[in-house]
Amino acid sequence: MATVKNRKRQSGAPLHLGEGANPSSEVVHFGDGAALPLDSGASLTPFSVAYRSYGTLNEDKSNVVLVCHALTGDQYAANKHPVTGKPGWWETMIGPGKPVDTGKYFVLCANVLGGCMGSTGPSSTNPETGKPYGLAFPVITIGDMVRAQMRLLDHLGIDDVFCVIGGSMGGMQVLEMAANHKERVFSAIPIACAARHSSQNIAFHEVGRQAVMADPEWRGGRYLDEKTSPSKGLSVARMAAHITYLSDEALHRKFGRNLQDRSALTYGFDADFQVESYLRHQGSTFVDRFDANAYLYLTRAMDYFDLAADHGGNLAAAFKGTNSRFCIVSFTSDWLFPTEENRAVVQALNAVAANVSFVEIETDGGHDSFLLNEPELFETITGFLSSAARRRGLRFAEAADAVF
Amino acid sequence: MEARPVIPATDTARVDLLLISQMVETGARVLDIGCGDGALLRILTETRNVDARGVEISQTGVNQCVARGLSVVQGDADTDLANYPDGAFDYAILSQTIQATHRPRHVLEQLLRIGRHAIVSFPNFGHWRIRGQLVFGGRMPLTENLPVPWYETPNIHFCTIKDFIALCNELGASVERSVALNAYGKPMAFSAPLFMQNLIGAQAVFLLSRGES
Repeated sequence: MATVKNRKRQSGAPLHLGEGANPSSEVVHFGDGAALPLDSGASLTPFSVAYRSYGTLNEDKSNVVLVCHALTGDQYAANKHPVTGKPGWWETMIGPGKPVDTGKYFVLCANVLGGCMGSTGPSSTNPETGKPYGLAFPVITIGDMVRAQMRLLDHLGIDDVFCVIGGSMGGMQVLEMAANHKERVFSAIPIACAARHSSQNIAFHEVGRQAVMADPEWRGGRYLDEKTSPSKGLSVARMAAHITYLSDEALHRKFGRNLQDRSALTYGFDADFQVESYLRHQGSTFVDRFDANAYLYLTRAMDYFDLAADHGGNLAAAFKGTNSRFCIVSFTSDWLFPTEENRAVVQALNAVAANVSFVEIETDGGHDSFLLNEPELFETITGFLSSAARRRGLRFAEAADAVF
Repeated sequence: MEARPVIPATDTARVDLLLISQMVETGARVLDIGCGDGALLRILTETRNVDARGVEISQTGVNQCVARGLSVVQGDADTDLANYPDGAFDYAILSQTIQATHRPRHVLEQLLRIGRHAIVSFPNFGHWRIRGQLVFGGRMPLTENLPVPWYETPNIHFCTIKDFIALCNELGASVERSVALNAYGKPMAFSAPLFMQNLIGAQAVFLLSRGES
C-alpha cells in the first residue's frame, strides 16, 4: 500500500511551473499600480488571482455566490481537479439542482492568496530575484486573502455578492468579508469555523509546520531553487492534520482495528492497520497537489485570525452595522471548530441584532462534515438561500421552489 | 416533535398565534422566543411582512425552521436573551413558553428590554376546569391544552391571568391589550370582568410595553 516517499508528479511539470504558474482556470493578473496592501505592512505587486466560475451571471450581477475554500482546497470546487483528476471538492454542494444551484447562481471560487494553484503564493516567482519567493514571500492573513478576492470582484465589475459561503478557513474568509466589507455581502454562510483560531488549533498547525521544516529537503524554504521536495515533512503534516478533520467515532466506524491486507500483526512498523495505511495514502497524495511553503503560509494565516482583536476584543463590534443575513452551521463531532466557537459568532451577531440563523448538525463526520454527504446541511443551505433570494428579489428562469 | 411541546398544535393553539399576529404592525422587527417549528414566524412573514427572527431551544425545531428559510437560532429563553441589545425589536414574542422557563420574571424583563413591545401568551391555570380538578379531584389537572402529567411536564411555572397581571405591575409594564380565549379558542368579550376572564379563559394573550405610558 501507499508509503511515505517522494512520488513523481502525475502531470509531468512540477506544480509550481504547471498549474501553479499557468492554471487551467481563469486567472487575473494585477500589475504595477495595483499593489495589494497587506496586514503585515508589506504590499504585494504584481499579484494574480486564479478563479473558476460556474453558472451564469445575471444582468444586474445580483446572483453571485462567492465560495471560499479551506486550507488545502482550491478554485476547482465543482469540476474535475486538473492535477488529481478527482471531482471538485464541493461537488456535493455546488451544481445544477444542488443547494448552491448553478442553474440559479453565478458561483465564483478563487484560489486564495498564498496558495499554490495559480494565485500568487510562496512558489510564485519573486520579481526582484526571478526565483520562487520561498520564505521571502510576505506573511499573509485571512484579511489579505479577502482583500485579494475583493480585487477580483472589482475586476469583474461585481459590487456585492448575493452570498459568500465557506467552511473552515473558508468560513474565516466569510466572517472577515462580512465584518470588513459589509456593504458587499447580502448573505453569509460561515460553516464549521470560528472568529479566532484557538490555542489548540495553533498548536496543531505548529506541529505541521515543524514537520515540514524538519525535512532536510525543505532547505530553509528554498527547495524549488535546489530542486528538492520536502514531501516527507509535508506528508506527515497532512497526516497529523487529517486526524483533526475526522472524529474518533468516524475513524472507529471506518477502520476500527482492522488490519491492512494481512491476517496477523507483522511485529514491525509497516502499516499493519488500515487506519495507518489510510493516513499514509492521504499524506502521500497530498504532496502531489500542494506546495510545502504554501502550507506554512496558509496555516499561519489561520493562526493569526482573530476578528475581535481589531475591535478591542469585542466581537460584536466587528459586526456592528451589518445588514447581511447570516446562516451559521456547526457539527456536533467537530472538535477543531466546536459548536461553542460557532455559537460565539452567533451571540456576537445577536448582540448587534443581526439577521442570523444557526444550525448545529448531528453527525460523527467531524470537522470535514461540511465536505460530506450531510442531507441536513443541504436542506439548511437550500432553505436559507431560497429565502435570501426572495428577500433580494432574485428571479430565476424557472420559478423558485415555494418554501412555505 | 420537541418543537413547542408545551401546548399541542390543536386548532385552539393556532388561534393564539393568529391573535398574536394581529397585534403585530406590518413591517415590524419581531423576535419569537420559543418559536418551535416556526408556525408563528411563517404567519407573520406571510401576513405581516415582518423581519421575523426566532429562538428555539430544540435543535430539531431550529433545523426545520432554517430549512424552511426562517431566521432561527438555537437558544434558551432563560439564558440567551441577555445577548440582544436594548430595543432591538419592535416586538419580542413569547408564545406558550413562559410557563416552561426557569425564571419567568427575568425572561419577561428581558422581553421588555429587547422589544418595544412584548407579546406573551400562556395557558391560564385559573381556568375553572383546572380549579375544579384540583378542588374536587385532588389531583394535578390534565386538560386538552395541558395533557402531560406533573412528573413529565416541561411546564414548571404555571400562573393565572391575575398572577400575570400582578407580575406586569411589579415590573412596571403596561398592558396595552389583553385577550382571554375560552376553551374553544374563542376570544372572550373585551368587557368581561377580570374574574370571569380568569375563570373562563383557557389561555391568554397580552400585549405589553415598557412602563412609561
